Amino acid sequence: MLNGSSPIIKCSGLCKTYDTGRNRVEAVRGLDLEVHSGECFGLLGPNGAGKTTTVEILEGLLAPTSGSVEVLGMRWGAGGDRALRQQIGITLQETRLNDKLTVVEVVTLFRSFYRRGLDPAGVIEAVSLQEKRKARVEKLSGGQRQRLAVACALVGDPQLLFLDEPTTGLDPQSRREIWAIVRRHQARGRTTLITTHYMDEAERLCDRVAVVDHGKIIALGTPSELIARLGGGHVVEFAVNRQDLPLELGRVSDIPGIESACRQRDGFLLTVSAPHLAIPRLLERLNEWNYELNRLTTRHASLEDVFVSLTGRHIEDDGGDSASVGPGHAGHAVATE
Amino acid sequence: MEYHALKELWLCRVRQFYREPEAVFWTYVFPLIMIVGLGIAFRNRPAERIAVDVVKSDGSADAMAALSPPVADGFDVEVRRRIDCRERLRLGKTSIVVDVTDEGYVYRYDPTRPESVSARARVDDALQRAAGRTDPVAASDHLVMEPGSRYIDFLVPGLLGMNLMGGGLWGIGYVTVDMRVRKLLKRLVASPMRRSDFLLSLVGGRLIFTVPEVAVVLGAGVLLFDIMITGRVASVMAVALLGACSFSGIGLLVACRARRLETVTGLMNVIMLPMWLLSGIFFSYERFPAWLHPFIKALPLTQLNDALRAVILEGESLPSQWFALLYLTVMGTGCFCLALRWFRWN
Ligand SMILES: Nc1ncnc2c1ncn2[C@@H]1O[C@H](COP(=O)(O)OP(=O)(O)OP(=O)(O)O)[C@@H](O)[C@H]1O
Ligand SMILES: [Mg+2]
Repeated sequence: MLNGSSPIIKCSGLCKTYDTGRNRVEAVRGLDLEVHSGECFGLLGPNGAGKTTTVEILEGLLAPTSGSVEVLGMRWGAGGDRALRQQIGITLQETRLNDKLTVVEVVTLFRSFYRRGLDPAGVIEAVSLQEKRKARVEKLSGGQRQRLAVACALVGDPQLLFLDEPTTGLDPQSRREIWAIVRRHQARGRTTLITTHYMDEAERLCDRVAVVDHGKIIALGTPSELIARLGGGHVVEFAVNRQDLPLELGRVSDIPGIESACRQRDGFLLTVSAPHLAIPRLLERLNEWNYELNRLTTRHASLEDVFVSLTGRHIEDDGGDSASVGPGHAGHAVATE
Repeated sequence: MEYHALKELWLCRVRQFYREPEAVFWTYVFPLIMIVGLGIAFRNRPAERIAVDVVKSDGSADAMAALSPPVADGFDVEVRRRIDCRERLRLGKTSIVVDVTDEGYVYRYDPTRPESVSARARVDDALQRAAGRTDPVAASDHLVMEPGSRYIDFLVPGLLGMNLMGGGLWGIGYVTVDMRVRKLLKRLVASPMRRSDFLLSLVGGRLIFTVPEVAVVLGAGVLLFDIMITGRVASVMAVALLGACSFSGIGLLVACRARRLETVTGLMNVIMLPMWLLSGIFFSYERFPAWLHPFIKALPLTQLNDALRAVILEGESLPSQWFALLYLTVMGTGCFCLALRWFRWN
């Protein structure tokens, strides 16, 4: 959407291998990325995908094993690091700010590091912490701390904002507040790079997303492009009574309206362009083959489905499932047993 | 509004310190308790009385009379059976056993016990005088009890030095590693903060905390134990502040790589132990063999303690202590620069 302008972040062939004695972890393996001015770019991926590693390399906090990084037209370690840091704002995935200081003291401290920046009181208001401005950090809730971290990132009025999982572990209300902050930053024409493993978050907030898995980008584009690439705008998930599932996917893929099919842990996932045609035919087939249907749900396709179709796994196989409960795609059960 | 990073960092450091009750306790209350405790333990007491057992025999009554008022003073004499006397000597209940025989007195005591050796001399002296010995030369005693030359006078500057060392090492080392563990250091270097500003703010914080610390320790000494500060108070404070700075630099160096609190705690103990033992906190290092002295004098706490004692007890001026002051400055600055260079931020 913002073509022509030179990229704010550009990295190519990025690799990072952690060498800790005997075991080597290839956290990032050949990652190319361009983020344009004014864009909100999302790095999306499961735990351990290499998001934090990538972001910290872009932030100049980690040295890549190989590959090149350019941020705002500069390279890290080329003598202009402090000038570069004047223009970027950062939240780390985990930081415990000074417990004994108050909100206003922390924000003022960070403000003092920047030559130009915003008024701390204004930033505190922008993250809705004005009632807590005199409260000590140790007394804040998780969501309030996260907003304080964002305030520290914003107080230097950065061109480029890095947010590493700013909403992980927060309740829906706090997440929405963080989204609002990011949107206001966007509205001022600034650039944001955000990592998340919430699919709905990426879908709502990001202009473009890169889906990362095992240190590589496996899909890149606007959320709607990625979903469109599935072929169908809808997803049908179903499960049948017998565990031995001899169902050959090829035998349902030929049903008109079904674009693709894949197996899941406890059932099947179909992407479908015309559910009103496909579902009756599917039920007929299952009936013919003597399967009883245990579950059938249909919903709009989401980035989650993109991930599943690319990897055969759910992005949060090891955690909660907030990605699929966002209001955007509240599934409605069509049939249950 | 103008913002000044070093000032803000320093203010935050000071606020954090005074909002941490534990830090305040260890810096101000603990040294006070220590001084009061040690001061009471080592205050000047009336001369010890000497416990003497006399073995029951024909002559024991005479010996007892010779060691008791009005003839002599300072002995607690008891007459007992020989077997009881020996048992009490073995258990340390008495310092010496006197046996009156036909050939004269026989003293039984343990020569490795200092109080027994001095008891032997005092008892023999009293018995010989009672038997009619006269001293060829007149002698009289002049007892040292006035302020300025007592043990407590020696101790208080030593405790002050010890606190300045502990405050610099713990106050800086522990806080630094704690911030590293919390990834706060990483967050700070992700901002355009000047790294030297951060380290300077830690040292600057220590300077502020040192002023009340010196006041508490010396104030307790003056008020409770009549310590006399013969030098200028400003000079004492200057030496203390320089010492605090120097140990802050050392503290930064100790903490510059450690990733865990346990590591820095261990390192700190390794650094402090020789100074606790050798640098003349509780007793003069002159008691150690001469070949050790160059090493002892190379320890920064030795230099600090010597300078503090010279200024507090002997009223020396700052210029006369130039070597110690220069040594502490070089030591502190050197450690600070190395720390800045090697510091691990994440
Ligand atoms: N300091 C380190 N030493 C060794 N291995 C590391 C280190 N940091 C990360 N790793 C490994 O690198 C891989 C990528 O980690 P990274 O933190 O970048 O993932 P992530 O995508 O941010 O995950 P999450 O969603 O859990 O934050 C993981 O397998 C992790 O175990
Ligand atoms: Mg991460």
